[in-house]
Amino acid sequence: MQASPSNLLVLIPLLPLVGAILNGVLGRRFLKPAAVHTIACGAMAGAALLSWAVFFQLVGMEPEGRALSQEVFAWIRIGSFHADYALWVDPLSAVMCLIITNIGFLIHLYSVGYMQGDPSYYRFFAYLNLFVFAMLNLVMGDNLLVMFFGWEGVGLCSYLLIGFWFSEEANAVAGKKAFVTNRVGDFGFALGTMLLFAALGTVGFQEINHQLAGAAPPSKGLLEAAALLLFLGACGKSAQIPLYVWLPDAMAGPTPVSALIHAATMVTAGVYMIARLNGLYFHAELASQVVLWIGAATALFAATIGLVQNDIKKVLAYSTVSQLGFMFVAMGAGAYATGMFHLMTHAFFKACLFLGSGSVIMAMHHEQDMRYYGGLRKFMPWTYRTFLVATLAIAGVPFFAGFFSKDEILLWALGSERGHAGAWLLASAAALCTAFYMFRILHMTFWGEYRGLPPERLHAHGHDDHGGGGHGGDGGHGHGGGAFVPKESPWTVTVPLVVLAALSAVGGFLGLPAGLLGHHANLLEGWYEPIFAHSHVSLQHAFHNPGAEAGLMALSVAVAAAGIALSFYLYRTRPALPGELAKRFAVPYRVLLQKYSVDEAYEAGIIRPILVGSREVLWKVVDVVAIDGLVNLVGGGLKALGRGLGRLQTGDAQVYAMWMTGGLTVAVLVTIAIL
Amino acid sequence: MGSNLLNWVLALPALGALALIFMPRGRVDLYRTWSLGVMIAGFLVSLGIWFGFDPADTGMQFRSHADWVPAWGLNWDVGVDGLSLLLVMLTTFLGPVVVLGAWNSVDKRHKEFFAHILLLQSAMLGAFVATNLFVFYLFWELMLIPMFFLIGIWGGEQRLYATVKFFLYTLVGSMLMLVAIVWLYREVQAQAGIWSLQYADVYGLEIARRAQMWLFAAFAVAFAVKVPMFPVHTWLPDAHVQAPTAGSVILAGVLLKMGTYGFLRLAMPLFPQAALAAKPLILTLAVVGIVYGALVAMVQPDIKKLVAYSSVSHLGYCMLGLFVFNLQGASGSILQMVNHGISTGALFLLVGVIYERTHSRRIYEYGGLAGIMPLYAVVFLIVTMSSIGLPGTNGFVGEFLVLLGAFLDGYSQWEAGGSLLSFTFVAVAALGVIFGAVYMLWMVQRVFFGKPNLSRHTRLPDLSWREIAVFAPLLVAIFWIGIYPSTFTRKMEPSIQAWLHQIEKGLEHTVASPQPEAASLGRH
Repeated sequence: MQASPSNLLVLIPLLPLVGAILNGVLGRRFLKPAAVHTIACGAMAGAALLSWAVFFQLVGMEPEGRALSQEVFAWIRIGSFHADYALWVDPLSAVMCLIITNIGFLIHLYSVGYMQGDPSYYRFFAYLNLFVFAMLNLVMGDNLLVMFFGWEGVGLCSYLLIGFWFSEEANAVAGKKAFVTNRVGDFGFALGTMLLFAALGTVGFQEINHQLAGAAPPSKGLLEAAALLLFLGACGKSAQIPLYVWLPDAMAGPTPVSALIHAATMVTAGVYMIARLNGLYFHAELASQVVLWIGAATALFAATIGLVQNDIKKVLAYSTVSQLGFMFVAMGAGAYATGMFHLMTHAFFKACLFLGSGSVIMAMHHEQDMRYYGGLRKFMPWTYRTFLVATLAIAGVPFFAGFFSKDEILLWALGSERGHAGAWLLASAAALCTAFYMFRILHMTFWGEYRGLPPERLHAHGHDDHGGGGHGGDGGHGHGGGAFVPKESPWTVTVPLVVLAALSAVGGFLGLPAGLLGHHANLLEGWYEPIFAHSHVSLQHAFHNPGAEAGLMALSVAVAAAGIALSFYLYRTRPALPGELAKRFAVPYRVLLQKYSVDEAYEAGIIRPILVGSREVLWKVVDVVAIDGLVNLVGGGLKALGRGLGRLQTGDAQVYAMWMTGGLTVAVLVTIAIL
Repeated sequence: MGSNLLNWVLALPALGALALIFMPRGRVDLYRTWSLGVMIAGFLVSLGIWFGFDPADTGMQFRSHADWVPAWGLNWDVGVDGLSLLLVMLTTFLGPVVVLGAWNSVDKRHKEFFAHILLLQSAMLGAFVATNLFVFYLFWELMLIPMFFLIGIWGGEQRLYATVKFFLYTLVGSMLMLVAIVWLYREVQAQAGIWSLQYADVYGLEIARRAQMWLFAAFAVAFAVKVPMFPVHTWLPDAHVQAPTAGSVILAGVLLKMGTYGFLRLAMPLFPQAALAAKPLILTLAVVGIVYGALVAMVQPDIKKLVAYSSVSHLGYCMLGLFVFNLQGASGSILQMVNHGISTGALFLLVGVIYERTHSRRIYEYGGLAGIMPLYAVVFLIVTMSSIGLPGTNGFVGEFLVLLGAFLDGYSQWEAGGSLLSFTFVAVAALGVIFGAVYMLWMVQRVFFGKPNLSRHTRLPDLSWREIAVFAPLLVAIFWIGIYPSTFTRKMEPSIQAWLHQIEKGLEHTVASPQPEAASLGRH
């Protein structure tokens, strides 16, 4: 595709970078909180406006030529290896830019309320802006190296923000875990990049897709390998089996971070990467199967853990892992536009859910255990309404955003040439769990009777969690031991919630089912058409009729309904039953509650052995005993020799010179003789 | 000054040291201000070389020649090319940083201390710019003496053990190298009829494969000790831990590069057939060093020892990049030498900063430092990111190019019918990138996050203006190389091409036993 040059593009990531630098350098000493958030939100607003401008510029262009590019400067050039700092915006990256900057802006606004009074206010906004800078590079990069720059950059920001309240050791540990787990994925990403360069002689996305769209690709095996290596990177960043373990722990970060980074944007990077390299994954059928099955397995696996968690953010975290699994199911099935569709709707409703949970957590003095919630609906009407809408969206209730996108994924999981009934079954079961655990949150948090915090937990939380910072929205609550009343959050919190809830309600209409309503109904698919034109995977013949699609749709509505009904039965009709079930099925319940003990297995099977082996064998035996032992032996030997030769030590320089010359001559003669 | 520019760069620190000796006693401020001035002057003069350097000319530039004993071919001869330019600049760049960083770090015999640092500076520069083996060996040995004293006089409690170990290791290598140099001296006479140790003359030798093996081995041992490569690395942790901060910075920043530079300048182009034959062995030791250094670094309780072992790992990348015999690998390797000098130099300086405040280097004694010394924490974190190769910092560019070079090498072998095992080296080396993140971030977590473990460490002054001045240039370099490496790579690329060409030519001489690998010298 030919792109039109545009000097505007670099400004989009540059604005948040400038914001980050200003706040980072001047924030501590010179800027008042109001100045800090004006700079940060202003940078985001600017980036959002520019993204809209670029978007409308694309809309005004011919569909086939919709792309803008900018060569900013030469980055790494050695021999034939060229990786310039160049940006590329086409329909795919334009949508990502819009999601990142607009949802990013809302979350910045929300943070003004959420982080109010934190002593490191400036630092928070500096990191958040820096994150947006890196994320924009990830999606706007014209080649794999710029993407990798963003890819590891968002990882750094994630690390910094998870451990934002670093005086709690646990937060710092979670941040490190996220970084290191992602590094395992990046190992694959880097090798995949190198393999593509070796095989195709380029790391540019357009050249790669172009070469693969043309004649027969060089070698199928190579492409499969590259696709698998890159997918390892996706498993890290997008929290898929086996590298998902960092994401639930990442909830240690402030809630706006969970919403922006660990739900709406960063974790979808793996999905975006596959969409960006659709030419590669189109040819890599085996790798696509792996993507499909990992996605489906992750979707169900994480959803089952979400069934029993009591920490509201943990449920949402596992839900995110699960929903990302859905997106990978779509990518594996070759439904690239569909995967991107779900990425977008998920960004709406999951950001809304996380921000809503943050609003609740604020009102509840940083208690995250839902067992102390209940009946919050009457205290926090806006938080409740928006949370409800987003829950309907994620549960797949008809006409809400998630309904259309999830339904389409299920259709492709079963009906695609690359689909499989087993994967469809896993994903459908995950959808059932999703509806159940989301309504479980509603039951435990907003509906029923307010249970409230016992005094000892009231004091265990709140300010000391955050290095002494107070928080917005709780100014009126007494700390004196008396019962406090949860209160609705300020407008900076509720406005973003309302906007996101609205998007969760109607966002699905951008991608109405084409099979039922004709292709023009699916605006997004048409928008992405030029991107995925050469990577067309079809539905199997049997699924080409509207009846099949309608039938599947009815089935998935039934699945959602079943999950919701079950939640009502367990938490409304028979509220004692969940406890009884937990007792009767104690073993499976514990397994789920313990998250299948995967962390413990990694600890015992990988981390411990490496640590102990390094300390007890490599260091204390190989280095200290073996190598140094030998050195000391030689040293000791020389010392003894020295004592013997001491008699030669006469103090006469001439004699020394004679010995030296003699020794040298012998050495030389010996060498010559050997040669 | 013209063609004397290089001589001035070399002589300035040594002359500065000489002047120090005649200064009145007890004037500590005078000594260090003088030394700083000399180092800054040295750097400024070296900028003349940087800007005057013509990348397209792959020969020695800024040549300076003086006859000493012409009949025996023992002459003064120096110059720079694209292989040594960056290392020269690294040395002059680190000079002022080292002096400023060592401002308050010693409490005795100040005059001698700074004199040794200045003398060491000249010696290291001399080895980089030597254009004959005689001058090279002279400086190679000369730089041992100040280093020896720096550790031996101003070092920690076990400085004697460390010094002896350092000396023993180096001595073995140096002796072998000396023998090999003498052999080459005789061979030049035999083949060309002149007594000469000029690089140009020894490069032109035709040496039988068997002889190459022995000579390569002699040089390789000397250089491998310096690098240091696994398993001859155990002198380094001791030397680093015992050395004063300035000693550690110079050791890590410049001195270790003598080893890799030796391979680059001498061992590989002089004995290409032997180098190629040794390739599997060297690559094995390099990647073992990468992973081994990282794993052992992970479990160190002493920050300085951790950084020392991380050097073993990082220098492994440099060796890997050199011995894959391609453009990306060699460029990455030289860049990584510079990067390591900057990042690890910075890390040792950072360790020195808290050591001066607390007199402890034990990780478990710290905690929560980010809340106590926020600016220090920021600098430490940036340097950490550089050390673990985050894109946007210098570490990434070097590491990525080295890995790319290794990957292309594996790929060409695989394409020529090799098995997937061809990718073993690059895969193992890339694992080191994961472990690198583990040991650095784990250390950062324990030192900077959480709550302070000792109450006496809860009130420590943040970076002073002097310390900010120490780190500012290093941070600039970290981002400059990370964001716009072309400034540096374009100065060296033609010289590396010429170097590869020279090696290839050396391999073509092999008439008797054609090497299957010879064809695989990747050209990407």
